[in-house]
Amino acid sequence: MSALLEVDDLATHYAGRGGIVRAVDGVSFSLAAGEVLGIVGESGCGKSTLGRTILRLLAPTAGTIRFQGEDITRLDRQAMGRHRRDMQVVFQDPFGSLNPRHRVSEIVGEPLAVHRIGDRAARAARVAELLAMVGLPPDAQRRYPHEFSGGQRQRIAIARALALEPRLLIADEPVSALDMSIQSQIINLLAGLRARLGLAMLFISHDLSVIRHVSDRIAVMYLGRIVEIGPAAEIFAQPAHPYTQALLSAVPHTDPSRRRARILLSGEMPDPVNPPAGCAFHTRCRHAEPRCATARPDLTARRVDDLAARDVACHLLEPRP
Amino acid sequence: MDADAPLLSVEGLGVAMGGVAVLEDVSFAIAPGETLGLVGESGCGKSVTALSIMRLLPEPPARIASGRIVFDGTDLLDLDAERLRAIRGDRIAMIFQEPMTSLNPVFTIGDQIGESLIVHRGASRAAARAEAARLLDLVGIPAAASRLDRYPHELSGGQRQRAMIAIALACKPRLLIADEPTTALDVTVQAQILDLIARLRRELGMAVLLITHDLGVVAEFCDRVAVMYAGRIVEEAPAAALFAAPGHRYTEALLRSMPAANAPGRELPSIPGSVPPPAARGAGCAFAPRCGFVAPRCRAALPPLGAPPHRLRCWHPAGAA
Repeated sequence: MSALLEVDDLATHYAGRGGIVRAVDGVSFSLAAGEVLGIVGESGCGKSTLGRTILRLLAPTAGTIRFQGEDITRLDRQAMGRHRRDMQVVFQDPFGSLNPRHRVSEIVGEPLAVHRIGDRAARAARVAELLAMVGLPPDAQRRYPHEFSGGQRQRIAIARALALEPRLLIADEPVSALDMSIQSQIINLLAGLRARLGLAMLFISHDLSVIRHVSDRIAVMYLGRIVEIGPAAEIFAQPAHPYTQALLSAVPHTDPSRRRARILLSGEMPDPVNPPAGCAFHTRCRHAEPRCATARPDLTARRVDDLAARDVACHLLEPRP
Repeated sequence: MDADAPLLSVEGLGVAMGGVAVLEDVSFAIAPGETLGLVGESGCGKSVTALSIMRLLPEPPARIASGRIVFDGTDLLDLDAERLRAIRGDRIAMIFQEPMTSLNPVFTIGDQIGESLIVHRGASRAAARAEAARLLDLVGIPAAASRLDRYPHELSGGQRQRAMIAIALACKPRLLIADEPTTALDVTVQAQILDLIARLRRELGMAVLLITHDLGVVAEFCDRVAVMYAGRIVEEAPAAALFAAPGHRYTEALLRSMPAANAPGRELPSIPGSVPPPAARGAGCAFAPRCGFVAPRCRAALPPLGAPPHRLRCWHPAGAA
């Protein structure tokens, strides 16, 4: 099966204070139709920039983005329009992403109007259907965003994102601003919609428990690059990259049986304006060897143990012949 | 003073905001050297509780309507502004979620650490500066002496939080109130900061009141936990006992809804609805409208909090016959 989305050696650099910020710096992965890929990493790792670049909200510096078989890396606005229908986004902040002066019916119906889909009556029927699908009452249509709680606002944003029946949903920290008791409601909603609509998702989050729950595969990012990518269950069972190991070990758990021996990293993530040479993680890695400071390890299939292999960017793991 | 007496005892604390009760009958105690976690979702009253202890609530619109806050034998509610100032930053210190808003941007880190030593201890400038360097070193800021003359914006988020901890520790407080101290930080930096607070607590023998929404942090960091919901403490117990066998139906439902407690991909047992606003909490248990075990009595009458060591404000607790 061909991939829905293929990203190859993608880079997004921009001018920041003190120089060029290499926010995304050589990222490659593919996403199949209906698949959920979790992108996880800490602030400054480039995960949000990656999502925005794929959406073409930011201009890529290098590399290619293929969506539904077509290279969309440099498509102009008009040509991109056809793909926008199939690629939608939900952001973290449901307060900032909804126009406060518009009624919910206008917000959710806007993509239909922009793409001139159906007449007024057909659009109204579709809006009602979408609101039901995300679990909002019919009378929500006539109300304004400020009349809703954070969780309900996120439902509105999801209804809008689904209006055009996209094939790919980029969800950028969609539950991070929500209270604990509301997070699970929205996670269930997204998982249910994915199953029902066959949606593929790029699920971007810093929350490892959420990522593990929703993702088929996971990509771990550090300083603009993927350091490890593979099936979610395998990575959580046996993280291979030293950064992934430290990241998973840092998550506090209520269940003592889930706790891992904590690997405390020293310092913080280096400045993406001046990333370290070689492996960007070597300055904080307890296993670093001299070559880690000079040669950048490729993200390639490497032996994790006698049986398993995974795509990991670490010199300490031997490439699988 | 009695050796078994608590360091801090909050008794029947009630706070109203613009005439509406936001905190009702909040009672808990912290022993010298103990760590108590105060956990709950936004609006539950955990931060209002912390600010009440420090008498930092804006009064008006806030008003402490009832109760006592006894610290080391003195009811803080009886003290005038001058005597409160003598305790704040000296014997009780507080750190906040966002160090950028609580550090003063126009003073150097060294000046801000030294200030409380000059004010509370009458230290000379030179002595305060030397002690500030020692404190920065203690909280793990590299090349501490050379950072004394830096301004807050010149430090990273994790370093600012460390600097704020250094300020809080300057006078060796007996109680540290930490209000979401790691919420704005990445998970690997959170692990560093929690490790630091735990180490300092052991070395200095101070008690910690940790306020957070993160159940995992509380489970791993605290001796005891108090769970708040809609302005009241609903459950309080030793951390291990509470997470192994939650009694209140809210605590139970919250723990069961967490992604980490469920098999990946499974529908999460989420809590329906949302937290009621202060004016709509009803006469009975405020969780009754969302509770799967609700009975007529739950809506009619507020359950009492019960007796230690496992206090519960629930008519039909989990695990009861």
